[in-house]
Amino acid sequence: MKHYEVEILDAKTKDKLCFLDKVEPNATIGEIKSMFHKSHPQWYPARQSIRLDPKGKSLKDEDVLQHLPVGTTATFYFRDLGAQISWVTVFLTEYAGPLLIYLMFYFRVPFIYAPKYDFTTSKHWVVHLACMCHSFHYVKRLLETLFVHRFSHGTMPLRNIFKNCTYYWGFAAWMAYYINHPLYTPPTYGEQQIRLALTVFLFCQIGNFSIHIALRNLRPPGSKTRKIPYPTKNPFTWIFLLVSCPNYTYELGSWLGFTLMTQCLPVAFFTLVGFIQMTVWAKGKHRSYLKEFRDYPTLRSPILPFIL
Amino acid sequence: MSAPAMGTSKTAHTDSSNKKKKGPGTLATAYLVIYNVVMTAGWLVIAVGLVRAYLARGSYHGLYYSIEKPLKFFQTGALLEILHCAVGIVPSSVVLTGFQVMSRVFLTWAVTHSVREVQSEDSVLLFVVAWTVTEIIRYSFYTFSLLNHLPYLIKWARYTFFIVLYPMGVAGELLTIYAALPYVQKTGLYSITLPNKYNFSFDYHSFLILVMVSYIPLFPQLYFHMMRQRKKVLGYVEEYSKVE
Repeated sequence: MKHYEVEILDAKTKDKLCFLDKVEPNATIGEIKSMFHKSHPQWYPARQSIRLDPKGKSLKDEDVLQHLPVGTTATFYFRDLGAQISWVTVFLTEYAGPLLIYLMFYFRVPFIYAPKYDFTTSKHWVVHLACMCHSFHYVKRLLETLFVHRFSHGTMPLRNIFKNCTYYWGFAAWMAYYINHPLYTPPTYGEQQIRLALTVFLFCQIGNFSIHIALRNLRPPGSKTRKIPYPTKNPFTWIFLLVSCPNYTYELGSWLGFTLMTQCLPVAFFTLVGFIQMTVWAKGKHRSYLKEFRDYPTLRSPILPFIL
Repeated sequence: MSAPAMGTSKTAHTDSSNKKKKGPGTLATAYLVIYNVVMTAGWLVIAVGLVRAYLARGSYHGLYYSIEKPLKFFQTGALLEILHCAVGIVPSSVVLTGFQVMSRVFLTWAVTHSVREVQSEDSVLLFVVAWTVTEIIRYSFYTFSLLNHLPYLIKWARYTFFIVLYPMGVAGELLTIYAALPYVQKTGLYSITLPNKYNFSFDYHSFLILVMVSYIPLFPQLYFHMMRQRKKVLGYVEEYSKVE
């Protein structure tokens, strides 16, 4: 069997960083990354970007050496992606924050409101309902992170955890402050409004969960394959006929429900900002689907049926 | 902040000698030339207004009132620059330009115009002068660049005057906001209190303090960015004789 020689150069300086000889032709990029890690222990595989061209796209871990357009002496370029952190860690941290922070405001922990309100509870029943909904939402997210989601990438840049936590924790505190405030004003249309809001919220929570399950089932355990999602027997997934990323559609719906329930402007802001971000993500995902699959259904929009 | 406006189109103008770069179309160029000429003229009007008022009164005090209207008009007009970036006829970042223009507009309307008591402060004169000199240089720089005939003097001025003008403008702005604080607190200007049916509150006084604090991380970054630009654009000429 003919062995390959692999040299790894720095993508920016073109310095020779590593030379590997007697590499098996069926070695994967992932295995090459492990070998490179041995000679440069500070660059664990997750932070290595290996490419054929200094300015090109990163090769995938699953790519096999002999199937790449290289000669028997293969030259790869390396870029350091920076310190990495696992997606699971980031999700757990960014979701645990809002759960705990909101509860601190709900229980009126000292130093938030005037001392005479310490550890008191709101007299409005909608405030209790809101706490249950908010907590349910984040518990659901935590459980989905642990048991449902199958991540394409193991890691993301470390700085993301600071950015993401600031966003989630900051908004959670801002919303919770007003909803649990002693001077909170309940919704204008009272029980009718709250009931409608709760229905929308629950409907969208179930919907969002259904989509997460459907997406998980597209992908066998441990794999990173991508397939077109289609409606299943679950009616909540029929929205796939009209939308590429119904998980975001339902998420928007949930937060619109929560906004209506609490009639709180900061919640509306959070919903708006989240909507903008999710639209950006949905458009990106939609574009990837269109690029990857010739037969991608043309009726679908990224996030809002027929609109966006 | 005054000098950040100088850094707005850095990508366009540090490369003004790079012939490979695609510029805006002829119509867009004509429009931009007119825009920049009008803005140069506008800020010259403000400059002249300041000088004349000073000579007439014999003191620095209260000069704001003599140029209040053109200042508001031309500074607010700069909002168009955000549009220019968004449409693509100016190759700068919409976000960066937006931030810089909005901070000027904020100072002009939400602080100086809204809090009458600060209008007679000397700090207002400090930032108005800094802005005026900066903008006259900046808009003439753009005008000449668009016409592909940039006198070295203007380029030099743009990348040198900021060294003094930027801190001067920042000082004027901060002192003005600081002077406005007690009046904002007393009158509850632009503030919303609880309870209300949208469950929202806003304390303009605290917001202004936050704005002042934000200068601490932002000002050094922008200042040193301009310094680096200066080395890049003017650097070679300091080593050899004038190349331009």
